[in-house]
Amino acid sequence: MSTVIATPVPAMGVQERRRRALFIVAGCTLIGATAQVLIKSGANHLTHPGFVGAIAGMLTNPPLFFGYALYGVFTALMVYALRDGELSILFPLIALQYVWVSILSVLIFHESMSPLKAAGVIVIVIGVAVLGRGGAKV
Amino acid sequence: MALVVTGSVIGSFGAVFLKFGALALGRHWSTWILNWKLVVGVGAYLLSSVFFVMGVSRGELSVLYPMVSLGYICTLIWSRMFFNERLTASKLAGVALILGGIVLLGLGNH
Repeated sequence: MSTVIATPVPAMGVQERRRRALFIVAGCTLIGATAQVLIKSGANHLTHPGFVGAIAGMLTNPPLFFGYALYGVFTALMVYALRDGELSILFPLIALQYVWVSILSVLIFHESMSPLKAAGVIVIVIGVAVLGRGGAKV
Repeated sequence: MALVVTGSVIGSFGAVFLKFGALALGRHWSTWILNWKLVVGVGAYLLSSVFFVMGVSRGELSVLYPMVSLGYICTLIWSRMFFNERLTASKLAGVALILGGIVLLGLGNH
C-alpha cells in the first residue's frame, strides 16, 4: 500500500499520453478562440491602426494585451502536447478553433449564423471526431 | 494569392519546427529557453501570420480558407517525411472533412 503512494511519477502508457495530448490541444483551441475574440474587441477600439499604433495598442489596450498573452499560453501548451502526440493529428485538430470562434461571434458580436456556416461548423466537428478517434489509438 | 500560399507553407514549416523543438525538450528549464528549433517555429508562425494579414488586406479573403487548407495538407506530408507518422485512413478522412467544413465556413462568411 505504502509503496504505491511512494511512487513519485506514475508511468503513463503511450496511448494515455497521446490521449492527454489530444485533450490539451482541444483546450488550446478554446484558449485560441478566446484570444481571437479579445483581439477583435480590442482592435475595434484602435483608432490609428498603423504599424506603430498596432504595437502600442498591443501593450496599452488590455483586451489586445491579454489576447496576445493567451496566444503565448496557447503556443506553450501546444509544444507540451507535441512532445507526446503526432503532428499529423494535433495540427489539423486546431481547426476546432473555427468552431468556437463561430459560436462566440454569434454570442458576443451578434453576427448571424447562416446555414452554410452552421453546416461548416458541424462538418468540422465530425472531422475532428474522426481524427481524434484514430489518434487515440496506437 | 502568392502571399497567402507562401504564408501557408511557412506556417506548416513552423509546426514542424515546433515538433522538433518539443522533442528536444528536457527536464531542465534551459532546454525551453535555449531551444533554437522552438524559436524558429514561433518565428515561422509569426511570419506566416504577417503574410496572411498582408494577403487579406489586399482583398484575398476568398482564397484565404482554401489556402489555410493547403497548410494542413503540407503538414500531413511533412509529418510523414520528418517524423515517420503514418497516414492512416482516419487521418485522411478527418482532415478531408475539416477542410470541407472550413470551405463551407468561408463560403458562409461572404
